[in-house]
Amino acid sequence: MTEPASASQRPIKQLNKVIIRFAGDSGDGIQVLGTLFSTETAMAGTDLSTLPNYPAEIRAPAGTTYGVSSFQIQFGSTEIFTPGDHVDTLVAFNPAALKVHLPDLKPGGILIVNTGAFDRKNLEKAGYETNPLEDEELNLRDRYRLLTVDISGQVARALEDSELSFKEKERAKNFWALGLISWLYHRPIEPTIEWNNKKFGKRPAIAEANVTALKAGYYFGETIEALHETYDIAPASLPPGEYRAITGNVGLCYGLIAAAQKAGKHLHYCSYPITPASDILHELSRHKAFGVRTLQMEDEIAAIGAAIGASYAGQLAVTGTSGPGLALKSEALGLAVIAELPLVVIDVQRGGPSTGLPTKTEQADLLQAMFGRNGESPVVVLAASSPSDAYECAFEAVKIAIEHMVPVVLLSDAYIANGSEPWLIPDPEALPEIHAPHPPAVRDADAAFQPYARDDRTLARPWAVPGMPGYEHRIGGLEKQDGTGNVSYDPDNHEKMTRLRAEKVERVANDLPPTEIFGDPEGDELVIGWGSTFGAIRAAVAARRADGHKISHVHLRYINPLPNDLGDIIARFKKVLVPEINGGQLSMLLRSRYLVDIQGFDRVRGMPLLQEDIEHAIEQLLEGN
Amino acid sequence: MADAAVKLTKKDFESDQDVRWCPGCGDYAILSAVQKALPELGIPRERHVFIAGIGCSSRFPYYMNTYGFHTIHGRAPTIATGVKVANPELCVWVISGDGDGLSIGGNHMLHVLRRNVDLNIILFNNEIYGLTKGQYSPTSKVGTVTKSSPFGSQDYPVNPLAFALGAGATWYGRTIDRDIKHMTGMVQKAPQHHGTSLLEVLQNCIVFNDGVYGDLYDAKTKKDHILYLEDGQPMIFGTEDQYALVLENYGLKVVDRDQVDDSDIVVHDVRNRELAFLLSELERPVPVGVIYDRERAVYEDQVHELEQQVIEANAPGDLAAVLRSGTTWTVS
Ligand code: SF4
Repeated sequence: MTEPASASQRPIKQLNKVIIRFAGDSGDGIQVLGTLFSTETAMAGTDLSTLPNYPAEIRAPAGTTYGVSSFQIQFGSTEIFTPGDHVDTLVAFNPAALKVHLPDLKPGGILIVNTGAFDRKNLEKAGYETNPLEDEELNLRDRYRLLTVDISGQVARALEDSELSFKEKERAKNFWALGLISWLYHRPIEPTIEWNNKKFGKRPAIAEANVTALKAGYYFGETIEALHETYDIAPASLPPGEYRAITGNVGLCYGLIAAAQKAGKHLHYCSYPITPASDILHELSRHKAFGVRTLQMEDEIAAIGAAIGASYAGQLAVTGTSGPGLALKSEALGLAVIAELPLVVIDVQRGGPSTGLPTKTEQADLLQAMFGRNGESPVVVLAASSPSDAYECAFEAVKIAIEHMVPVVLLSDAYIANGSEPWLIPDPEALPEIHAPHPPAVRDADAAFQPYARDDRTLARPWAVPGMPGYEHRIGGLEKQDGTGNVSYDPDNHEKMTRLRAEKVERVANDLPPTEIFGDPEGDELVIGWGSTFGAIRAAVAARRADGHKISHVHLRYINPLPNDLGDIIARFKKVLVPEINGGQLSMLLRSRYLVDIQGFDRVRGMPLLQEDIEHAIEQLLEGN
Repeated sequence: MADAAVKLTKKDFESDQDVRWCPGCGDYAILSAVQKALPELGIPRERHVFIAGIGCSSRFPYYMNTYGFHTIHGRAPTIATGVKVANPELCVWVISGDGDGLSIGGNHMLHVLRRNVDLNIILFNNEIYGLTKGQYSPTSKVGTVTKSSPFGSQDYPVNPLAFALGAGATWYGRTIDRDIKHMTGMVQKAPQHHGTSLLEVLQNCIVFNDGVYGDLYDAKTKKDHILYLEDGQPMIFGTEDQYALVLENYGLKVVDRDQVDDSDIVVHDVRNRELAFLLSELERPVPVGVIYDRERAVYEDQVHELEQQVIEANAPGDLAAVLRSGTTWTVS
């Protein structure tokens, strides 16, 4: 859109990075607003990271604090690792949103409030006795750059001529706000218009209303005095290439499809709907053209059961869930362990225990993934660290599962699942081949087939699948005799098989790349993380390093087995800090493995860790020197 | 699925494992009937897969020289579903019992029947938990005295036939472990049905529930207690065919055959679901044979057909193109 001349009459301030949060009722279209703004700034070339945050209830009562939905984005001309801690700009669509999110606004930050929703009823529902906008004690006007605007009224006026109903017009509020913010930060609105016209192509009245509201918001900025300057953020110097936005759940899907292709197999994704993993099922069910089969089963156990069946029959089998579902799958996962079948189990973690915080993020399923089964039941455990990393992790999980004939638990979480970031689109062809250890189609008639014979290097057993003549054999959950796979109750054999299953998992470490260290290979403090805390830790470590501290960061993708070189790396640092969103689960694993006095930094708020908190923890541990 | 070139014998289906059921257990007869029936199907050995849950019956796959998977309690239908969707060419058998299939796995039984996956489920119904050494099961009659019900069981039992029909079963057969010939015939019929076949075998647990089907075993009296169903045939039974079934008050009623007109005797129709429900209410005589048989869309067929349609309409997926779908931008 060509910028109106008057925009340039206000001073334009260059900023390195900005954090904005949109907040309103679940029905206000906050997530759409946030996603569209992300696309606008991504197309303007900035790096970014987002945090959608929404209530567990589908339509929580309007106006209440627990019905507030929000979307935070940090974007900038430098590398952006997190959605940011405290926000520069808060857009509050109603009193409840103001109440919940005001504490996170930086002093002097921009506060845009929709006065249209500030009636007595909404104030009461939010728990305000008086109108906070007029409250002298709260004194919003002096503490922040406050812009009060009746967005509902503005939209109604802009859409006077529209044939839409009052309610439908109201829905365009988010477009109006998007217009205003796009104006304020010089973001292009064309991507939004393009998206809107595509999405509502069949309902032109709505498409038109949204664009009218968007533009009305954009031009509104021109007419007001309250904002005396606008802001521009230069493009970041990202690696060249074609980009798109990716969420963790979609990244996982693409990684799985790529892996199925490289393995020459049909992907069977068997699942039962559960927040926040359901989007994997939704996305994969659209990709039948790749021979992807999605089985929505009757429960979590049936889902892993069908996956084990598909694996036994020689296809790529994946089941996805969240923590409560992983608990239900544990017996069947043990079956996959003893049957030594390739299987990928995705756990998109959320707050627990029990139903916990279904839409919030947490990393507290690590020990469940490691040990949450009866008996000695080792599986490979991987963790994705970001939405784009999810693509690679999914691929790698499949490669390990198939080549080593072992179940793999892949941990993601709600933050990775729903958060989005720019993604340099990879070439799926560049991925390595995946070699399934199927025996030759025609069996060597001289030797008896041994379903539990082992590959010398990996200890993987042969993947003979029903339909292959000459390889008929029986497997199952009873202990297997080494080699023949016959049922065996022999004590020595059980000991041997228990150790073989463990060693098979351990040997996966021999195939892992050297651990990457951010910072020096030795120093005063090593920060070890895993999963979605990547961005916050990396940003915190980078900031402390800039202050001259000798700190490094290792982020683990491989948690079981741990990388072979990790013990040596740890030994080269004086102190080790492990920040996690749980009660210290990785700390426990590392302590017992390396006998090192690891310091944990644990928070379980259902939210990503804050960079400033990690910096503080780093600092404290250093000072304890 | 049949492959005429293959002619196998019962021996071909016997594995080298020692069978470990109690001497005199009805399971031996079922194993033998299955091993006898399979060569007649003309399906190569490698295409048979036996999938079992947990329980005495569920050791079955170890004794078959085919592909076999002894899985976990109650979940065999889920694993079998995964196998069949992955490879519809396979002839997939599910071996289950009353505890495995109707208690811990009741949910999966419900859903596999409604999906109509082309599986052959053999449900060994001995009205007892055998492997855990004798507790009442979901099919035990009220008052059954067991280790966990010394004063007699109180739970009302499930009616497997009514349950299956309610779940949308498309094929239901029943047979008796002591009637090898009938049982072998039923095992052969089950896979002929395209869709889920549920074959209930009344099986004697000689150790914990001996004689539960006593009336059906006594050579002299059994014909007075068993109704052998044949499609299109009148429902007549008895040592001298002296009894018949007629409709009365929306139910089946046993009458002396010479008391009614032949035209009033109910004629079996395997396609009639209402009739199957009436048969499910019948306590004596016990109906055996094919009780219900109706075609309906088969789950894995639908999965594969839809996949083919999508591929034909859109060409096979191009991942590089999908990755570039939606909004993209270039950084130079
Ligand atoms: S306990 Fe009963 S059902 Fe089990 S093997 Fe022995 S006789 Fe057969």
